[in-house]
Amino acid sequence: MEVIAKRPETLTKTPFTYCPGCLHGVAHRLIAEAIEEAGLINQMAGVAPVGCSVFAYKFFNFDMAQAAHGRAPAVATGMKRARPDMHVFTYQGDGDLAAIGTAEIVHAANRGEKMSVFFVNNAIYGMTGGQMAPTTLPNMKTTTSPYGRNVDDIGYPIRVCELLDTLVAPYYIERVSLLSPADIIKAKKSVSKVIQYNKENRGFTFIEFVSTCPTNWGIDPVKSRDWAKENMLPFFKPGLFRDKGAEEVKS
Amino acid sequence: MTTEMICAGFGGQGVLTIGKFIAKAGMQEGRNVSWLPSYGPEMRGGTANVSTVVSDDPIASPIVSYPDVLVALNQPSLDKFAPSVRKGGVIILNTSMCPHGCQRDDVEIVAAPLSDIAVEIGNTMVLNMLAIGIVIGKTNLIKYETMEEDLTSFLKAKNPDLLEMNLKAIKRGMEIGKEHG
Amino acid sequence: MEKILMKGNEAVAEAAMRAGCRLYFAYPITPQSELIEYMAKVMPKVGGTFLQAESEVAAINMVYGAAGSGKRVMTSSSSPGISLKQEGISYIAGAELPAVIVNVQRGGPGLGDIQPSQADYFQATKGGGHGDYRLIVLAPSSVQEFADMASEAFDLADKYRNPVLILADGMLGQMMEPVEFKPIMTQEEIDELGKQHTSWCICPNADGDAKHHHEINSLELDPSVLEKHVLQMYEKYAVIEKNEQRSEIFNVSDDNEVLCVAFGTASRIVKSAINELKKEGKSVGLVRPIRVWPYPYAAVAAAIGPKVKQVYVFELNTGQMLDDVKIAVCGKAPVNFWGKVGGIVFTPAEIQAKLEACF
Repeated sequence: MEVIAKRPETLTKTPFTYCPGCLHGVAHRLIAEAIEEAGLINQMAGVAPVGCSVFAYKFFNFDMAQAAHGRAPAVATGMKRARPDMHVFTYQGDGDLAAIGTAEIVHAANRGEKMSVFFVNNAIYGMTGGQMAPTTLPNMKTTTSPYGRNVDDIGYPIRVCELLDTLVAPYYIERVSLLSPADIIKAKKSVSKVIQYNKENRGFTFIEFVSTCPTNWGIDPVKSRDWAKENMLPFFKPGLFRDKGAEEVKS
Repeated sequence: MTTEMICAGFGGQGVLTIGKFIAKAGMQEGRNVSWLPSYGPEMRGGTANVSTVVSDDPIASPIVSYPDVLVALNQPSLDKFAPSVRKGGVIILNTSMCPHGCQRDDVEIVAAPLSDIAVEIGNTMVLNMLAIGIVIGKTNLIKYETMEEDLTSFLKAKNPDLLEMNLKAIKRGMEIGKEHG
Repeated sequence: MEKILMKGNEAVAEAAMRAGCRLYFAYPITPQSELIEYMAKVMPKVGGTFLQAESEVAAINMVYGAAGSGKRVMTSSSSPGISLKQEGISYIAGAELPAVIVNVQRGGPGLGDIQPSQADYFQATKGGGHGDYRLIVLAPSSVQEFADMASEAFDLADKYRNPVLILADGMLGQMMEPVEFKPIMTQEEIDELGKQHTSWCICPNADGDAKHHHEINSLELDPSVLEKHVLQMYEKYAVIEKNEQRSEIFNVSDDNEVLCVAFGTASRIVKSAINELKKEGKSVGLVRPIRVWPYPYAAVAAAIGPKVKQVYVFELNTGQMLDDVKIAVCGKAPVNFWGKVGGIVFTPAEIQAKLEACF
C-alpha cells in the first residue's frame, strides 16, 4: 500500500486536544512538517504558551518548555542563549503575545533573537472561554465585550505584524491566512522558509496565522472561515512585511 | 587594635577615595578592613560620607557609631559627625570650608586650610591625599610606604606628574599631622 | 590567591563567573547596579551571555529558559524587582530547575527607598510567589561570604534541582571588604557539571541515539498527578531541611544571660555590641542563621544556655524572623524583638543600649 499521508516524526502520538474545526492542529502540522523536512528534529526546541495551545509541549516530538503567560519569547531567549547549537521557536496566541506578553515579543524582536515566533490570531481568548482579545474586531461581541468591542472605550485591535515592522532587527515578518486549503498550502511555504532561516540562524522570524475559533465565536467551523475572510482579513491583511533573505538575494 | 574612621564632605571632594585608599592600604598591611559608603542621590551635590574600619581582629560592624578618627572636609559634615567622635579621638578638619570650627575640647583637633593647601600644591584634587597624609602623620593607622607603593603601581606609567603631586600632598599632610601630635 | 578590596555586588558577580555561571539576565535597580554592570563587563570576556532584559519579568523567564537548558544561570535585583520576578520563581520551583537569584534588599514596601533592609525575609523564606514551594535561602553577612555563597548556591541548585536565593542587602552590596576568590572553573569542568542535567533538560539529540522528548513544565491539570508532584517536592524539601541547615554561633556559653538571634547585616552590628558588653562583664551570645531556609531551629534551641533570661531578635524589618525564633525557642525563654525599618540600619550603640537594658 502506498503511503500518501502520515504523521510527521516531529509530532508525538498524543492526540490534539483542540475543538472540532479549530485550526491550531493545522498550524501545528505545518510547523512540524517544516521542521521534519529541514532535518531539525534533533536540534529543535519549542516553547508553548498559555492559552488553547498550552499543551503544545505534549504534541511536538522534541524538547519543549511551557512558559508563563506571555513570556515565551523571554524563555526562548534563555534557551537559545544557553544552547546556541539548538534552534528555537515559540507558539503563541493573541492574548498571550499581544496583551500580557507585549513587552517580551517586542523586545525579543528588537534584539533580533535568533528564533521563530508563530502567532495564532483568532481575535478571542479561547481557553478561558471567549473573552475579548487585543485583536478582537471593532463591535465584535465576546464574553467581556458583551455589547461589542467599543473602540472609543477600549481601543482598536492591535496589528502585531505592522507593529513589529517598525523595528530594525526582525529578519522576516509575514501574515498568512489559514482560512482555505489554498491559503494553507501558501502558509506552508512561508513556514518552511522561516524554519530554513531559523536553521541558518539568520535572525528573528515571525509568522502570524489568521485563524478562527468556531467554539467561542459560536459559528460552525465552515462558516467561521467565511466569517473570518469577510471580517478579519480586511483588518488583518495577509502579506509579507519583511524578508531580509529575499533582499539579500536581490542585492 | 581597631580604628574606626568616618570621612565626610561634599560629593566630589573625594571622601570615598580617602576611605578606600586607607582600607586598601590596611588590607595590604595584613589587617582586617571594611569600607562602607553612604550611597544614593544624597551623593550628587550633597554630602557624602564613608565609614572605614581597620582592625587586627575580624570586623563586626562596618557601621561606625563612635569614630576614633573623623575627617571633615566641610562644615555640615563636621556638625553632623563631630559630636559622636570618641573621647580622646581625632578630628581632622578643613578650615577652608569649616568657618565655624569645632567646639569639642575632649578630642584632638587637627585644623588646617586643606583646600587652600591643595591648590598651593597644584590641584584641588589632591585634597584627599592631603587628608590621608594627616591621618598617617597623626595616627600611624597605615604606612606611607604602602600608599606610595599603591599609587606608584597605577599612576607611574599613566601619569608620573600626578603621582608626584599626590605623594607630595601625602608628605605635606604627614607634616601637618605630626605638628599637631 | 591575593585578597582584593571589592564591593559585595562586584564580588558576588566575579564569584558567580568563577563558579561556571555563563548566563546572566537582569534589569538595573539600585542598590545592586554594580552587580549587573560587573556582569556586563565580565561575561563577554569569558564567552558568556550578558543580557539586559526589558524587565525583571523577562529576565527571570530568560533564567527559566536557560536553567531548563541545563546551564548555570543567574539573575539579580533588589526588592521591588524581586517582587516582579516572583511569578517566574514559582515556575522555576514548580518545574524544578536549578537557578540562582540574588536579592540586594532595600527598604519597602512599594518603591520604598534604596537603603539596606531585611524586609523581604517573609517573601524569601515563606513563599513569595504562588503555590507550595520552597527556595533555599542563603544569608551572607560579609563580602567574602557573599562571594563564597555564589558557588555554594550553584552547587545547591544543581544538587536539589531547586532555585536558590542569596538574600543580601544594600549594605553588603555597597560595602567593600577584602575578598579571596576560588579559581576560575575551566570550560571542561563547566561542561562536566552540565552533564548531570542532560537526562531531563532541553538539549540536542545525538544523531542515532534513542530520541528524547524532555518537557520543562509546571502545568498539570490532573489534581492527583499535581498532588503527587508537590508531595515529591516536599520530600525533597524534607531532605534539604535535614541536611542543609547552617548557622554560626558567636560568644555562646553557659554564662550567657541573653541570647541574640540575627542574620546578615544585622548580625554584624549585634556582634559589635556583644564585644562592647563583654568589656563590661556582661555575657551575651548570638546565633546567626547562615541560611534562613532551611531555618536552623535546632541550633537556636541548643544555644539557649541555663542562665539565659531572654532571647533577643534583631532585624532590619518589623520582626519577620521572629516567628521562626519563637518556634525554635518553644517557650523556653521569653523572646523579645527590636528592629529598624525604612532602610535605617541600627548602630552598635543602639543594640548595646537595648541589650544593657536586659541586665
